[in-house]
Amino acid sequence: MLFTSLQFIVFIAVLTAVYHLFVPQNEKWGLLLIASLAFYFFADPRYLIFIGVTAFTAYVFAILTEDYNSKRKAYLKANKESFDSESKKKYKATTARVSKLFLALALIINLGILAATKYTNFVIDTINTWRTEPLSFVNIIIPMGISFYTFQTVSYSIDISRGTVKAQRNFWKFLLFTSFFPQLVQGPISRYGDLSETLYNPKPLELRNFSLGLIRILWGYFKKLVIADRLVIGLKTLVETPDEYKGAYVFVVMMLYAAQLYCDFTGGIDITIGIAQTLGVTVKENFDLPYFSKNIKEYWNRWHMTMGTWFTDYIFYPLSVSPTMLKLSKWSRQHLGNAIGKRVTVYISCFCVWLATGIWHGAAWHFVVWGLMNFVVIMASQELEPLYAKFHNKFGFKGKKWYSAFEILRTFLLMSSLKLFDCYRDVGLTFKMFGSMFYTFNIGKLFNGSLLELGLNKGDYWVASIALVIVFLVSLYKKLKGREAREMLFEKLPLFVLCAVCLLLATVVFGAYGTGFDASQFIYNQF
Amino acid sequence: MDELIEILQDLHSDVDFETCTTLIDDKILDSFDIVSIVSEVNDRFDVAIPAKELIPENFNSAAALWALISRLEED
Repeated sequence: MLFTSLQFIVFIAVLTAVYHLFVPQNEKWGLLLIASLAFYFFADPRYLIFIGVTAFTAYVFAILTEDYNSKRKAYLKANKESFDSESKKKYKATTARVSKLFLALALIINLGILAATKYTNFVIDTINTWRTEPLSFVNIIIPMGISFYTFQTVSYSIDISRGTVKAQRNFWKFLLFTSFFPQLVQGPISRYGDLSETLYNPKPLELRNFSLGLIRILWGYFKKLVIADRLVIGLKTLVETPDEYKGAYVFVVMMLYAAQLYCDFTGGIDITIGIAQTLGVTVKENFDLPYFSKNIKEYWNRWHMTMGTWFTDYIFYPLSVSPTMLKLSKWSRQHLGNAIGKRVTVYISCFCVWLATGIWHGAAWHFVVWGLMNFVVIMASQELEPLYAKFHNKFGFKGKKWYSAFEILRTFLLMSSLKLFDCYRDVGLTFKMFGSMFYTFNIGKLFNGSLLELGLNKGDYWVASIALVIVFLVSLYKKLKGREAREMLFEKLPLFVLCAVCLLLATVVFGAYGTGFDASQFIYNQF
Repeated sequence: MDELIEILQDLHSDVDFETCTTLIDDKILDSFDIVSIVSEVNDRFDVAIPAKELIPENFNSAAALWALISRLEED
């Protein structure tokens, strides 16, 4: 059931009506669970087995861990006097091993399922490049949203082990956390501590919340159907015939893909958060105006934020502060000097994070290279920071409006270049096409009508351009005023209603469907 | 506490760590800084800060970080 299908819209409308009109407040979570399982069932009934096993594994090991840790604490408390500081430490260290074993089992099973379903054929494909007799691929299903829900359960298992959240004792409630349908398609990656309370005790129906959720859904559909699904037509032509479209066309690919990916992903997230909001559930934001970032680090703090913080909290930090890394840090500072030595462990951890980020995005080498290129750019900008500081001190550009605009443009172009890996889906081809921008001088071709041969007519370019200007103005409003335009509009109710109607009409009239168009799956759905 | 301030000043000499209470909220310290601090603290105070303690509340001010170090030393 695609988010953009009529089926889904009817599903949501019926669910929302039943949810608010007939279900008591304390039983609403039950209906959400039924709806989530139904959503998954209609996608493919076999998916239910996978998500069920993942949820059950995390659920069982969480309870085992929590119960065991409680017993340890109780024992320590009851026998306080018989322990001195040294024996207390020893007891804690010995018993912590059992707790870690539970965590390890939960992670091995759940990450194992993810690895087996998503990466088996990638490994076979990689092995085949060295073999004369290729191994045959396995026919394996990849459950929808497996990367998202697996990461949610992994964070839950680790949080339980750290003692930062309490284990959920009701399996059905935990299954709802794992399978909450709006975010199954493309995230955000929610943490149990953030989502559970609002999921099990949603806000009662209230005009402001409901209206803001509704207009956000419309806004998401507008971005997805009017912009993203329109631009994808031109993009496909450009990317699928790279020999024909080199040089300046690659720059067009960069611009189109930056707009298309942004509208596709943020549009999907708007629909997700909007649906949750109309149901009284608060889901974490996943974007914060990423294209206004002044450097790549800031960009990654604003784009797909729940994924970024997940990798920071569950890979970067644990790895960086592990005893082995701390020893390495000490050694490298002693032998390589303080300045270089203290960077070694940070860079190793950062490398691991970006390698994992690349692999998480997809089972293909271009994703791995994309991740590592991000690592290289972040490290380079980190190393160049003192140089930038000197430059800023000398010329005093920092803080000037034109310089801020330059920084934003520079970051946008840099990130759009890296996204080419995702467009061409072939490492060698991506480098070749990127290089062609500097040696194939065909800018004139862009103005001889060739852009009208990509499957988009003049009307499409006008519609997409006007829609993008609207998206830009709405983003600019948030940047300047610090709040969403829809919140301002709600204070002027007639204007709010007018805008909602306009959005609906614009999406219905100008949405990219019908002959020549096909409302496509969300890009992040494949992850 | 003076030694801790010294560690922090090494990272950002332009910040008043004695008074600032929004080091994370205002994005003055990033994840790279935090890892450097943990490593320095481990060296100089012989205190290992575990990953679960790497949360904004513990790093928003020098005082909060000092309180964390003291708590871990007692443990």
